[in-house]
Amino acid sequence: MTAQADDELWSAIADPSRRRVLDLLVSNGDLSASWLAGRVPFSRQAVSKHLVVLERAGLVSRRKQGREVLYRVEADRLGQAARAMTDLAAQWDRRLAAIKRLAEAAHAEAKKKRSPNPTRGGRQS
Amino acid sequence: MPSLVIEREVLIEAPVEVVWRTITEPDQMSQWFADRVELVVEPGAHGYMGFGDQGGPVVVETVDPPTRFSFRWNHPHGEEPVAGNSMLVEFTLTPEGDERTRLRVSESGHELLAWPDAEKERYADEHRGGWAEYLDRLASVLAEHRPG
Repeated sequence: MTAQADDELWSAIADPSRRRVLDLLVSNGDLSASWLAGRVPFSRQAVSKHLVVLERAGLVSRRKQGREVLYRVEADRLGQAARAMTDLAAQWDRRLAAIKRLAEAAHAEAKKKRSPNPTRGGRQS
Repeated sequence: MPSLVIEREVLIEAPVEVVWRTITEPDQMSQWFADRVELVVEPGAHGYMGFGDQGGPVVVETVDPPTRFSFRWNHPHGEEPVAGNSMLVEFTLTPEGDERTRLRVSESGHELLAWPDAEKERYADEHRGGWAEYLDRLASVLAEHRPG
């Protein structure tokens, strides 16, 4: 997935109204814009705009059936997006694990320097 | 309103000042982040991060020692990172006692249109788990509905 495509994808799913449209498409299969408009709290025009953005991001595709245009979710693209997100999360987990290792090692080192070595300290407690 | 892409956290057995140095000092950063880090940790400072033969500019946003550090980067596009074309990486450090720190990182994308506050709150609640969970859920619902 290219970075440009990523951007389009993230902004496509960042909008709650578009996620509502996406949810409906995922649960109900192939749907027309008017069917969708009957089930969301925004206008038919807004639904169309959201569908354009989702289509551009590759998340939905459309086909003509008679006089109607039906939209459906692109399962491959959705799966790809889910994997990209999981990879990004794993990348940050690796970075955080490295930070933890470095910070804990630095702290242990500093503690060792601070506390006098009992065999050399010569002080009785 | 940035679109939250990812949020992760880790509990570290070290004081907050030590964790702060680990995430902000360039020679430390090069051990957990980029191969090459050229950065002055000051708000607004421009720097560079290299990953192998790739790399790109970064701009420091917030420096609030020892609890908040954030920068913008536009990897891998390489254009000058500003709001709207880049990702914002934010670190939040929370001391838990004297020798323990909770470190949280989030990476978020584009600034979006102004939303009503209620919507923002709902959005934040809904997406504490980040996009990975949301997309995973959608993908599995889809798989159920369309076997094969």
